[in-house]
Amino acid sequence: MAVKSQVGERATAGESVRLKARRWAWLAFCELVMIISAVVALFPIYFMVVTSFKTQKEYIADRWGLPARITFDNYVAAFAGKAFGQWFLNSTILTVVSVLLVSLCAGLAAYALARMDFIGRRLLGNLNISLMIVPPVVMLVPLFLLMVELKLVNTYASAILIYVGLMMPFSTYLLTNFFKTIPQDIVDAAYMDGCSNLGIFWRIMLPLSGPAFFTLIVVNAMWVWNELLIALVFLQDNALKTLMVGLTVFKSRYNLNIPVTMAGLVVATVPIVALYLASQKSFIRGLTAGAVK
Amino acid sequence: MKYKWYEPYLFIAPGTIILLLVFFYPVVRLFRDSLMAPRGNEMVLVGLSNFRYLFSDDVFRMAIANNAKLLLSVPIMVVLALFLAILLFEQIRGWQFYRTTLFLPYLLSITVVGVIFGYMFQYRGVVNTLLQGIGLGTLAKDWLGKSEYALWVVMIVIIWKEVGFGVVLFLARLMSVQEELFEAARLDGANWLQLQWYITIPQLKSVIEFFTVISVFTMLSWVFNYIYVMTNGGPGNATMVTELYIYLMGFRYRMMHIASATSVLLVGITIVFILLQNRILGEEGAYA
Repeated sequence: MAVKSQVGERATAGESVRLKARRWAWLAFCELVMIISAVVALFPIYFMVVTSFKTQKEYIADRWGLPARITFDNYVAAFAGKAFGQWFLNSTILTVVSVLLVSLCAGLAAYALARMDFIGRRLLGNLNISLMIVPPVVMLVPLFLLMVELKLVNTYASAILIYVGLMMPFSTYLLTNFFKTIPQDIVDAAYMDGCSNLGIFWRIMLPLSGPAFFTLIVVNAMWVWNELLIALVFLQDNALKTLMVGLTVFKSRYNLNIPVTMAGLVVATVPIVALYLASQKSFIRGLTAGAVK
Repeated sequence: MKYKWYEPYLFIAPGTIILLLVFFYPVVRLFRDSLMAPRGNEMVLVGLSNFRYLFSDDVFRMAIANNAKLLLSVPIMVVLALFLAILLFEQIRGWQFYRTTLFLPYLLSITVVGVIFGYMFQYRGVVNTLLQGIGLGTLAKDWLGKSEYALWVVMIVIIWKEVGFGVVLFLARLMSVQEELFEAARLDGANWLQLQWYITIPQLKSVIEFFTVISVFTMLSWVFNYIYVMTNGGPGNATMVTELYIYLMGFRYRMMHIASATSVLLVGITIVFILLQNRILGEEGAYA
């Protein structure tokens, strides 16, 4: 008996060692896959940043090694000639104005959709959802003809109007869902104090919806900053070009001086990455808002 | 009622006016314009002849075929994102670092990504340098300049950029799955594959569906930026897609009526896919 149990014990001990070894091998495999994926994900970004600090000569000699000496000449060259600074300013103006406008319009609409009853509420809500899927390119030609008639082509106003429109469905959807979670008691109490609906919107809904608005502003700002198609069509005047359109111009102009183009790309990317790092959590929450019910 | 009947309408007015201008007016005008064509200085009704032109145009057929080919990357993206999310969920060292890293490409603008990869895949670019470095120099080629490869390279870039979104989505959902479910299955002697097949995938069903739907629509009508920046439809028309076709017809060749007809078709295709999605996934809860 004793002998038998000893053998049994040894067997389990051996098995657990084997199990541990298998677990270790499995984790090592996972880690290896992740390291490879991380290298693949980071390499192009590394390539952009490192190249932007190289001289043209160095880039030609060594495509992806670190520079012997960091140079800022490419950044100076990128900003030389005024256009680049102007593009940066244009992108900033468009982003700030259209994001503020859509937050206001979507906020007001969401308040009515979430908190008031009116004929057409369901229809508007459902239409709003289906609009989220309509590809913007479809509206491109008729919008252009419309803007020609309104004499708005090559003005900030045309792009801002279109951006606000395109951001409305998602923004309204997100805010409506958030407003619904605010307890009715608070709203009722405000009614009792004689507060109007507009007053409730400004003094109660907005302050209580800080996180939702923050998320929305970050997601929308990134979208406008990175948008290309609308900017390409409606802001063709060189003085009105956005940074993204400018970069495509830049690419052809500095085709033979890749480090300068890369410096331009880095400058265009830094605001977005900064915004992301400052708001990581709410940003992901906003992007995944459509997935959770 | 604590408000007048018209008050809600004042709240929705600003947004609704903008939606009417940006969505409804264009869509209505689109349907009208798609049936018209210029004759001299005037636009006249021509029935379906714009559509007949489209179907006889090889470039348009190429565009549709390329969008269809791009759809092939959807299953690859879903499986890859699922695989990476599951591995990250094993709580390996530094998983948060990996999550942030894999998500980084999703943040970059497509324009920036397109320019970077454009240079990387040049004949004298870093991809070929790396290939030579590992002794595969014979494979080096002008990746985006050869019609056999260009579209596949674009597809790789799209997967590179978008897969991180799926990983973050899946991982977030995985972390909210109750640990007991996995425990119970393990006690029942389920192996790793069974665990994924019977627990992970059913639990993640709704986010997998969401990511699949988003990716399908991306491949159908949100790839303009990639194509415009990397290949502009070339070489020849090897990477022509529907969106670029609309853009070129409307704004380069000044054939807005053809661009309108193409847009109508794209709306039609989008609606078909929405219906298919509802059919396959079942009616989702309506907006209440």
